Amino acid sequence: MLELRQKYAFYGILLYIISTVFVINLMIDKPEEKIWNALFWVVQLFVAVNAIAKSFVQENRGRLLYFYSLVHPRSFIAAKLIYNIILMSVMTLITMGCCMMFLGNPVTSFWYFLGVILLGGISLSLLFTMLAAIAAQANQNAALMAIMGFPIMLPLLMLLSNIAKSSFITVYQPGLPKMFLMMGSMDVLIIALSLVLFPFLWKD
Amino acid sequence: MAKHWWKALAVIILVYVIIAGFTVEIPIIGTNGQSSRGLFFHVPMWICMYTMFTISVINSVLYLSKYDLRRDAYASSAASVGVFYGILGFATGTLWATYTWGGSFTRDPKQMLTAVALMIYMAYLVLRLSIPDIDKRARISAVFNIFAFALLIPLTYIIPRMVDSLHPGSATTPGFASSDTDNHMKWVLYPAFIGWTLLSVWIYTLLVRYKKLELKNIFK
Repeated sequence: MLELRQKYAFYGILLYIISTVFVINLMIDKPEEKIWNALFWVVQLFVAVNAIAKSFVQENRGRLLYFYSLVHPRSFIAAKLIYNIILMSVMTLITMGCCMMFLGNPVTSFWYFLGVILLGGISLSLLFTMLAAIAAQANQNAALMAIMGFPIMLPLLMLLSNIAKSSFITVYQPGLPKMFLMMGSMDVLIIALSLVLFPFLWKD
Repeated sequence: MAKHWWKALAVIILVYVIIAGFTVEIPIIGTNGQSSRGLFFHVPMWICMYTMFTISVINSVLYLSKYDLRRDAYASSAASVGVFYGILGFATGTLWATYTWGGSFTRDPKQMLTAVALMIYMAYLVLRLSIPDIDKRARISAVFNIFAFALLIPLTYIIPRMVDSLHPGSATTPGFASSDTDNHMKWVLYPAFIGWTLLSVWIYTLLVRYKKLELKNIFK
């Protein structure tokens, strides 16, 4: 939707990823597994903030009003969620590619890692879509997005980096299936909440 | 006067809890020692916090169905009292941890996740401040409040029970049960729950009255 209309937004984020990873490369050449993992998720987080936060902030009021007259708010938020999931999955893949290119490749079980980061990307995009919808109502305030978003995604990121750890080194993690279950249920919770609550936000 | 008996009751119970809490005979177990008395002050704070946040989220849901601004006043007052009690609970908890776990901030999951949950609620209060329009503020903060409550329960209640924690009732430690608690402690603990909760409701009603007066002044 938005990124197809405004090509610069998409390429802006792309450049953002590459430059961030390149800066990390200049500072610490080839980080070890643990740091690689941490850095990867931090990059991922800021990409999510930059990419998803725009999805409401950059829409102008007239167009929002047009959408409002056209479709039910529930289908609008569903469309936004699906679109942001796809966008964030693409971004995740690009981030992974960049990280592996510039920072070395410590990942041993590739497909597992791929699955985890896609799951992570989807969770982040869901969460930030909802938060962006709230922040957009509150005077399009970007600082507010950070205040609301960071405590909420903190446990999410901790969980993700813990899950991702298994793809670098063979460690014994007893609660692994439980953690996956938790991530999944959190996603479902966020989707359900945004479908129920978004119509109330939309009533302007 | 007949309406205010419960406030007197709260004061009496709390006086009893504070005196008894420091003087009652408690079993001295290992590193806990005398610090087990924290039980009478630490745990009731969380009970109060959950009570307040529950009141808050119920009022938020009611606001979204009726659009009555009084509901918003109830919800926001309850949330601020809840955050206040949460901070108190966190403070008493870190104090207790300093003497039994050997550090104020151990990487205990329940402690960390509670801090996160409190931050989410502080974000709620900041969000309220950032929107000038009353109706819009009420609506958006009600939505965020429901969102916050939906995260509060898994963060502070479900996840800490699934992972290893220093708190009682996690995956590897036995939970708090009425059967293995010392009788002397029970005689103080249960009144403490009631007393602190009554006090929190009292603070909450005062705050609600103040907010209602503010609303009245606006509509004049």
